[in-house]
Amino acid sequence: MQQLLLYPLLFQLFLSIFLMFFWKKIDAQKIISIVGGFIAVFLSGVLFYTVWNSGIQTVQAASWEAPYGITFVADTLSATLVLLTSIAGLAVSFFSSASVIPARLRFGYFPIYHFLLLGLTGAFLTGDIFNLYVWFEIIIISSFVLITLGGEKAQIEGAVKYFTLNILASIIFLTAIAVLYGLAGSLNMADLATIIPQLENRKLVEVAAILFLVGFGIKSAVFPLYFWLPASYHTPPSAVAAIFGGLLTKVGVYALIRVFTLIFLEDVFLDQILIVIAVLTLFSGAIGSLVQKNVRKIFSYLIICHIGFMIAGLGMGTEIAFAGMVFYLIHDIMVKTNLFMVSGLIYRIKGTNNVRFLGDLYDKFPKLSLLMFIPLLSLIGVPPFSGFWPKVSLITASLNEKNYIILGAIIFGSLLTLIIITRLWANVFWKKGKELTKRDHFLYFQKMTKAKKIQFLVPIIMLAGVSLYIGFGAEHMQQLSNRIASELIDNTQYIEAVIPQNN
Amino acid sequence: MEFLLAIITGLLYAAGLYMMLRRSLVKLIIGLIIISNGANLLIFLLGRITKGHPPIIPGDSKIFTEIYADPVPQALILTAIVISFGLQSFAIILIKRAYQVVKTDDLDEMNTIEEDYK
Repeated sequence: MQQLLLYPLLFQLFLSIFLMFFWKKIDAQKIISIVGGFIAVFLSGVLFYTVWNSGIQTVQAASWEAPYGITFVADTLSATLVLLTSIAGLAVSFFSSASVIPARLRFGYFPIYHFLLLGLTGAFLTGDIFNLYVWFEIIIISSFVLITLGGEKAQIEGAVKYFTLNILASIIFLTAIAVLYGLAGSLNMADLATIIPQLENRKLVEVAAILFLVGFGIKSAVFPLYFWLPASYHTPPSAVAAIFGGLLTKVGVYALIRVFTLIFLEDVFLDQILIVIAVLTLFSGAIGSLVQKNVRKIFSYLIICHIGFMIAGLGMGTEIAFAGMVFYLIHDIMVKTNLFMVSGLIYRIKGTNNVRFLGDLYDKFPKLSLLMFIPLLSLIGVPPFSGFWPKVSLITASLNEKNYIILGAIIFGSLLTLIIITRLWANVFWKKGKELTKRDHFLYFQKMTKAKKIQFLVPIIMLAGVSLYIGFGAEHMQQLSNRIASELIDNTQYIEAVIPQNN
Repeated sequence: MEFLLAIITGLLYAAGLYMMLRRSLVKLIIGLIIISNGANLLIFLLGRITKGHPPIIPGDSKIFTEIYADPVPQALILTAIVISFGLQSFAIILIKRAYQVVKTDDLDEMNTIEEDYK
């Protein structure tokens, strides 16, 4: 059972290869993808359970001892994120099978989608910095295909921007690895964690750290580097936007957390930079969102805004701040995935995502509106919904640190989120809508068969349920985040698990 | 040798960035290709260059007896080259497609505001 932590990874690989045998049979692909999604949730659930009960799990690939081989590590943070990935993956599998048009599905949508999940799982599990680079490349190659699949004009335009900045981010990441390898002569993250603090050449270490910050910063869309995100996330089908919005920026945040809690520690300069970035990210995301007219663009800017909360937690660097950051990460993955699915549902009902043409939803679909209300409330963080609890930790941490700028920014970000969502609610759900001309060749939600409607709603209900659990079962989540935070603060456990003969 | 390589790496980064800042799509891709070559050279350079000492243990001894070239950077570069090869071929197809759909290779004109409902 020692290889347990590789199962979620290998299963996604198996699934995507298996799906290729059914290239033209999209109905079979839908069923395989959904059933596979359930198995993936089960496997990562088992992994999470094992890590929770018996501590950090490691696998040395091909039994090459660390630091010479590639190590896979599942600490509590990784196991949690793998579990969340497979839950979000299952929901989006469901949603894709209902919402993505067959013309797109025929070009290998599902195999590529599972490759994306493979890349995400790998990125969360690897303990080797160059291996992390390779997983990032798998993620971006699959995401390029998913974002261009269909080839509409807007999609191609969005893809050019998405593509350029993501490749640039990878090159910067590679440069950072080069500098780090030149300095330390190792690629294993646990090994680096022991070597880097002893190095004499602090200036070059700082250069490497900044290169990592910029590379991962582009991926996670923080303040001056986020422009690709709102330019591209509204263009692909909403199922694709859901998995991108939920997980792709978060994998950047995860990499930042890993690198800045394990390798580059106790650097006041870096902490200051992180805090400044966090504040500006919160401001620019929130203000950018205010002026948008497209539901999906509003959500895209909100992604940026809420990345700020996590970076703020990382910048403050205390245990409470880390707990808040991890809790927010867990909450955010579920909510953002769900929000983009909600935007897809709105699009299917009305045929548009433009706020100006929307309206009447509450009048015509009261039950559906209430369903969509759950992720929106969770996003704002109205207690007892899930967004509220991590903010308690973050605000406590900033009060403890006497860091009032970050406190102000967190409150400002939350307040603007509240304003944006209430305005969205008023415009989309309450406002008297215009009569829109019916589109030809467009499958409206109202005209779908019952089975298809259920297929559409199941993932939204599922993730809303998870969000509700995170909100109402906050005690469990707080326990989990506290444990992850203590592991992040004290990195000796991680190092000890990877290189046992260390002491 | 190190000095020369350092200069070349710097030049490749600079040229790549310059090309990326141009408005043409084709130059953008060329810039990306050049800059990723620069990154590969940088790994090679920072992995320390050792001439004429392959990492092979002589048959009559159990351990390395003298300085040897580190094989890891070369493995890294090989991986990075293969990956960037895949990405670049995708990029070239993408710009061809973009040119066909948008009918321009000027990046400034790729900002159609989407009005999905009239």
